[in-house]
Amino acid sequence: MTIEQIQDEIIEDFSMFDEWMDKYEYIIELGKELPKIKEELKIEENKISGCQSQVWLHAEIKDSAISFTADSDAIITKGIIALLIKVLNNRTPKEISETKLYFLDKIGLQANLSPTRANGMVSMIKQLKYYALAFSN
Amino acid sequence: MKKYLVIAIKWVNVEFIKNEIQSYFNRIMTKQEIDKIRADFPILNQKVYNKQLIYFDNGATTQKPKQVIEAVSNFYSKTNSNIHRGVHFLSEKSTAIYEKSRECVKDFVNAAHVEEIIFTKGTTDGINLIAQVFGEKHFNEGDEVIISEMEHHSNIVPWQLICEKQKAKLKIIPFNDNGELIIEEFDKLLSEKTKIVAVTHVSNSLGTINPIKKIIKKARKFNVPVLIDAAQSIQHFKIDVQELDCDFLVFSGHKIYAETGIGVLYGKKKLLENLPPYQGGGDMIKTVDFEKTTYADLPLKYEAGTNNFVGAISLMVAINYIQTVGFDKIIEHETQLFNYATKKLSSIEGLKIIGTAKNKASVISFVLENIHNYDVGTLLDKMGMALRTGTHCTQPVMKHFNISGTIRASFSFYNTLEEIDLLYNAILRIKNLF
Repeated sequence: MTIEQIQDEIIEDFSMFDEWMDKYEYIIELGKELPKIKEELKIEENKISGCQSQVWLHAEIKDSAISFTADSDAIITKGIIALLIKVLNNRTPKEISETKLYFLDKIGLQANLSPTRANGMVSMIKQLKYYALAFSN
Repeated sequence: MKKYLVIAIKWVNVEFIKNEIQSYFNRIMTKQEIDKIRADFPILNQKVYNKQLIYFDNGATTQKPKQVIEAVSNFYSKTNSNIHRGVHFLSEKSTAIYEKSRECVKDFVNAAHVEEIIFTKGTTDGINLIAQVFGEKHFNEGDEVIISEMEHHSNIVPWQLICEKQKAKLKIIPFNDNGELIIEEFDKLLSEKTKIVAVTHVSNSLGTINPIKKIIKKARKFNVPVLIDAAQSIQHFKIDVQELDCDFLVFSGHKIYAETGIGVLYGKKKLLENLPPYQGGGDMIKTVDFEKTTYADLPLKYEAGTNNFVGAISLMVAINYIQTVGFDKIIEHETQLFNYATKKLSSIEGLKIIGTAKNKASVISFVLENIHNYDVGTLLDKMGMALRTGTHCTQPVMKHFNISGTIRASFSFYNTLEEIDLLYNAILRIKNLF
C-alpha cells in the first residue's frame, strides 16, 4: 500500500464514527496495539519534549526503510503516535520527509496541531521527520 | 424548679434549632434561583462536541455574567476615555467610575483606607510588585522569606528572583500527606531573620484552606509582615483584611467573574507608603525633572501607565452581582456542591482524591488508578466537560505526592448537583475503556 492509501484507509475508518467519544475509543484501541519500544530504549534521549504525558520514540533503519517503535504513559497519546507510525512505518527517509499528513485534518485531529496544545502532536511529527532527515545523510 | 429549668433549656434549644433551620433555608438556593443565575451566564448555554457544556474549570477562570459583559460593552459605547488625564466630560466621568470601583473593592474586603487598594494586572502581578519593592528595601544577605510547599508557581518564583538578587534565602513550610500545612514547622522557621511570609489562603491544586489567621498571629510576634494569596478564596469566602490583620493581600478579577487583566493588591497604608516605587511611567509621578522626579501618593504610586480601567469597572460590576445574588447563598450552595462531589467521587473504585485536608473548599483534585490524567481530561472534554489536568502550576505539590499531575474539578455557584452526577457517570464510562 502507498502512504496515501494508508491515509485514505484511516480516513475511511474514522468516517464511521459520528460521536467524538467513539473516535477516541478507537484511538485508545490503536494505542493498545502500538508496536512497543524496548524497555531499555525508554531513555532520556528518546523522549519527546513538549508533551503533557511522557512519550518515547525510537527509529531504526534497515534496507533503507525506517521502522519506528514508541510508548507513552498516556493511552491517547499512544494512540495518536500509533496512527502516525502506521502511516510512516517502513518507508524510506525521502518518503517520510515528503509526506503530507493530510489524514489528520480529515479525521478531525487538526486542532491538536496547534503548537500550544498539550498532547505534543507537533513535537511527535517533528521527531518522526527528524529521524528521516538524520537517516537520509 | 429543676423541672422548669429543663423546660426552659428545651424551649431555648428548640427556638435555636428553629432559627438555624430557618436561616439555612434562607441561604439555600432553590432550583428556580439556580436557573435564573445560569441564565445570567450566556456561555454556559452551549454545546461542545454536540454535548451540553459542563464547566468545572472555575479555579482557572470563572465565567462572566451578562451584567459584566454588558457593562463593559456599555462603557466602551458611551463612556470610554483615559482616566486621570483630560479635563473633558468623558475623562472625568471615566475617572469617577474608576475611583468608584476602587471604593467598591475597599468595601468588599473591608480595607481601612481607599488608597490601600492598588489595581494590578492580576495575582501574579501583585506578588511580583511586593516581592520586588519589599525585597529591594528590606532583604539583605542571609535574610529569609517563608512560603509554603503548596504555593502556586506565582507565589514561588517572584520570591526566588528577589532572593537571588539580594542573597536572601527561601524557607518552605511543608505540608502533611493530607495536604495540611505543618504549623509546628512554621514555628521553627520563624526567626529574627524572617523578613516576610507569603502563603496562599486556599491551595489551587489541593483545595486546602490554610489557617491564615493563625499564621498571621504567629508572624506578628516577630513583627514580620504577611502576604496572602487570595486568588482561590476571594470568590468563595467573605474576606475582611482588617479582621485578618494581613499586611498584603492579592487576587485576580477574572477568578471572581470580572474581566481578565485586572487584579487587586491590598496593602497596609503605612507599609506601602514606605516602600519604593515599582514601575515608572505616567500616573505614578508627581513632578518629573531630569534632576529629580517625585512620585505620586498612594494608590497611584503603584499604577504606572494607563491602568486597565475597564477591567476595574468590570470588577465593581462583578462584586455587585455577587452581592445581589447574596454571598451567603453562594457560599452555602458551593459548600453543598463541594461536599456532594467529594462524596460521589470518593465512592468510585480506583479514584484517589489528592488533598484530603479537614478544611477544604472549591477544588477537588483526583487521579484514577492506571489511567493518565491527560487521557481522563481528553475524554471528559469529548463528553462536554471542562476540567483542568496537569500540575496546576504547583509542581512541588505533584512532587510531594510523586504524581505527574491530577484532574481537577473546581466549582462555582452556577454549577449544579446534576452536573456532578454527570461527571460521576462520565468517569465510570472512562474507567470502562481501560
